[in-house]
Amino acid sequence: MSAIEAPATTAAVRVLDVVRRFGDRTVLHELDLVIDRSEFVVLLGPSGCGKSTLLRLLAGLDLPDGGTVEVPRERAIVFQGDRLLPWQKVWRNVTIGLSGSGARQRALDVLGEVGLADRANAWPKTLSGGEAQRVALARALVTEPDLVLLDEPFSALDAITRLHMHDLVRELHRRHGAAMLLVTHDVAEAIGLADRILVMNEGRIGSSYSVCLSEEDRRSSQAREDLRGRLLADLGLAGRR
Amino acid sequence: MTAVLEKPLPTAPRSLEVERFVARAAHRSPVRRLLSRLRWPLGIYTTPAVIVLAWELASRIGLLAENTAPAPTRILHAGYELYQRGELVPSVVISLERAGAGLALGLAVGVTAGVLGGLLRSGEYLFNGVVQILHTIPLLAILPLMIVWFGIDELTKVLLISFGAALPMYLNLFAAIRGVDQRLVEMARSAGASRFRQVARVLLPGALPGFLVGLRFALAYSVLGLVAAELVNADRGIGFLISRAQTYQQTDQVFFGLMIYAVLGLLADQFVRILERVLLSWRPGFEAS
Ligand SMILES: Nc1ncnc2c1ncn2[C@@H]1O[C@H](COP(=O)(O)OP(=O)(O)O)[C@@H](O)[C@H]1O
Ligand SMILES: [Mg+2]
Repeated sequence: MSAIEAPATTAAVRVLDVVRRFGDRTVLHELDLVIDRSEFVVLLGPSGCGKSTLLRLLAGLDLPDGGTVEVPRERAIVFQGDRLLPWQKVWRNVTIGLSGSGARQRALDVLGEVGLADRANAWPKTLSGGEAQRVALARALVTEPDLVLLDEPFSALDAITRLHMHDLVRELHRRHGAAMLLVTHDVAEAIGLADRILVMNEGRIGSSYSVCLSEEDRRSSQAREDLRGRLLADLGLAGRR
Repeated sequence: MTAVLEKPLPTAPRSLEVERFVARAAHRSPVRRLLSRLRWPLGIYTTPAVIVLAWELASRIGLLAENTAPAPTRILHAGYELYQRGELVPSVVISLERAGAGLALGLAVGVTAGVLGGLLRSGEYLFNGVVQILHTIPLLAILPLMIVWFGIDELTKVLLISFGAALPMYLNLFAAIRGVDQRLVEMARSAGASRFRQVARVLLPGALPGFLVGLRFALAYSVLGLVAAELVNADRGIGFLISRAQTYQQTDQVFFGLMIYAVLGLLADQFVRILERVLLSWRPGFEAS
């Protein structure tokens, strides 16, 4: 990885011809992806199609077997599980990537943003699933990243908590303006959040939909139903309600 | 939007069995509370206490011969006599000194090697083979060799104890560091934590439960090493008291010496328990006090 000072107009993420293999199985097949600054992209795909594999490449946790990946230096990832350190208080978990004085205050501020200011001194094991995942969100945002990667962050939560989390993520995206790439297999979640929805297919980006709907229309409108129908068709689930 | 759904009538209403749960204090009379306290008045030490009591009775009515199994009160009395002759305290002190020196050395080596081996691949290659080989040799079997090498004095005793402490500490600490959830390490790395912080906040705290297991074994083995070293040859210490009593057929003093070893073992175990409560307060089962 080389540090290149990017001009202000360029995209946050540039992925070119990326290949990723496990043994003789090719999971990512010359995949291309560009994400603009501050853009909210949702990556949709069936289980096992390589979404997490792609996200790990973007996070820099794995290296590609071919092609190039260009991402901002300041980036954060929210995993499917909360991955909190059980032996550290909540606020210490948030400051894991933060050093210097004022780290604690920064942590408390961000915990306030996710509505957990009063749980800063709790042990992670005493949190509910939704609270723990909000701490994970706070941990990702505390370093003011330019790119936030979210790997099915709400799939283990109940439906009501998930809706609250959607509101929270939308609000955080508006406030922080980071580019976000959220991976999910939930079509409703994708429509609810995305500026752009990408459907993954056979190891590359199959189709792309720009979503320019008001929040109202995202919840219920003819346009929403049309989009939903097309996404389901792309996922090979045509004809389902 | 209103939707009215007809609820199907139950065909045959059957009687409902009810269970009711209320707060514990409400239904416990003082009598019941007293009874429940009487049932196990000393907790886990109830059974040992009952055995000692039965032993005392059996001795008093002559069921147990005096010189094979003297009554507990006589054993205590023998200990009191040793104390009055001014032999007990210096003996305990010298044994504790040996155990302390051996433990300090053994734990220092075991912890250092365990941390290096757990954190670094080259540390693993450096130590693991040696430790695996040494681990297959029984502690007591190396005593003759140590006597040949280091003489019959204090050095051999201390080294035997530290050998007994270092091996379990290394093995447990190594396994504990390697066993820390890799997803947490990955999280710290992806969050931008420095290598130092990954070690300080993830690997070492994550290895703490395993470290405490190692500490418990190390303490137990060091008492074992102490006993072995002192019984083979000692002119001072608890082991000396025991072998001297054995020579003169003073069974009550032998028992008293064994009792001191047992108390040392119990104290060591209790010490680790307290450490666990303090250091692992983040675990759901533990309440910080
Ligand atoms: N470390 C690995 N070793 C071998 N195969 C892997 C590994 N990680 C993922 N795979 C395989 O790659 C495919 C894509 O996995 P993944 O990216 O996790 O899918 P998902 O879209 O559900 O996140 C799966 O078939 C999985 O079995
Ligand atoms: Mg996945």
